[in-house]
Amino acid sequence: MNELTLNAVKVGDTLPELVIDITPRLIVGAAIATRDYQNVHHDKAGAQALGSPDIFMNILTTNGLVGRYVTDWAGPRARLGKVAIKLGAPNYPGDTMTFRGEVLEVDSGSGRVVLDIKGKNSMGYHVTGSVELTLAQEAAA
Amino acid sequence: MSDATPDLSAYLGGDRGPYRSWDAVNRPMIRHWCEALGDDNPIYHDADAARAAGFDGIVAPPTMLQAWTMRGYREARPPGSDTSDPFEVLVALEELGYPAVVAVNCEQEYTQYVGEGDTLYHRSTIESISEQKSTALGVGFFVTELSTYYNQRDEVVGTMRFRVFKFAPHARDEAAAPVEAGSAPPAVRRMRPVRNEDTRFFWEGVEAGELRVQRCGGCQTLRHPPSSACPHCQSLEWTPQRVSGRGTVYSFVTMHYPEIPPFDYPNLIALVELEEGTRLVSNLVGVSRHDVRIGMPVQVEFAEVEPGFQLHQFRPLEGC
Repeated sequence: MNELTLNAVKVGDTLPELVIDITPRLIVGAAIATRDYQNVHHDKAGAQALGSPDIFMNILTTNGLVGRYVTDWAGPRARLGKVAIKLGAPNYPGDTMTFRGEVLEVDSGSGRVVLDIKGKNSMGYHVTGSVELTLAQEAAA
Repeated sequence: MSDATPDLSAYLGGDRGPYRSWDAVNRPMIRHWCEALGDDNPIYHDADAARAAGFDGIVAPPTMLQAWTMRGYREARPPGSDTSDPFEVLVALEELGYPAVVAVNCEQEYTQYVGEGDTLYHRSTIESISEQKSTALGVGFFVTELSTYYNQRDEVVGTMRFRVFKFAPHARDEAAAPVEAGSAPPAVRRMRPVRNEDTRFFWEGVEAGELRVQRCGGCQTLRHPPSSACPHCQSLEWTPQRVSGRGTVYSFVTMHYPEIPPFDYPNLIALVELEEGTRLVSNLVGVSRHDVRIGMPVQVEFAEVEPGFQLHQFRPLEGC
């Protein structure tokens, strides 16, 4: 797994893109793994009765995917401090979501790094927000 | 929805809880979560890797925080939990005629990672209820719940601000905008260019992978964007000319806001001066907005930006 240290990161750096296929398997599997049994996340007929075209991804999954996207890039020694997200276009089955990210702030003293994160599907932004994390100052021994 | 703005101050604040978790933090639930979300971070499953990262043993993904105290399949809380609904204000708003709800923000802060055996609970307060607002969705209230998560030693491990919009949807003009039940909203696509007698040559060039501009039949001046008459000599005679597509960045702008689908933001747009001598506006790709410079040499390329829609764009020349 990738291992980023603080000196390898500068403001304006971009994270590699991550493309997530939005499948019923992911939506349902992750909803259950997050203990969210609301029917809009597993029951298509139930979701349609509430005016939605299909089942859609729950927020706990979106939040988890944002965290995963960041630590995939930053590595196991990164510590997540804050994940603040705003929700937009829903993630429906058959769509794809592409994550992009950019380094907004780097505090070389504390190791704190702030990222701008966006996840976009075919209708626009599913999620936008910022993530704060702390990176190790030096590589592991 | 009532005509008068309801007084919701009675629902503000409060301290509800504890809302306990059914299970202590445990490997199987962490593994199921990581499997479904595709998270391979070793500190969530490999004790050695976790220790190398400074923990005592495996830890749970911090973004899993909310999951630990969820009610689960039976929609019931474990014994010892507060039995009241932390979002009682939403039930009240429903009765006042604001039936719909949409989650708008989730902000989690983590003060410490939790590990195997930790037993969590959370407490809840309604941190804010907005004035009545009118948004694109309807008229209603933004309600923010602040949940504070504790471990078995009553230490705070994290907080979560969860903001929802509880609203009465705007009345839809069904005739004007028929929405078929269950139909997926259409993907937002780029606007297609208008093709007419003056512009067709340009778009046919793009499809053929060629950049073409107009050359005046009178004074021989190149011009772009396409027009009927030469702005220099007013001649109506012109011919399309293929150009090299090499040029330099004459000027550029980075669009940050508003973010309109389907474009990517920040959106880098350049005015490119072609070496043959006219300028055109285009997207700039393959370069960070931090690294763009006036005068930077660029080369045209053609990309299928959407299925069946080819567009010209410029990329900095290698080695520049």
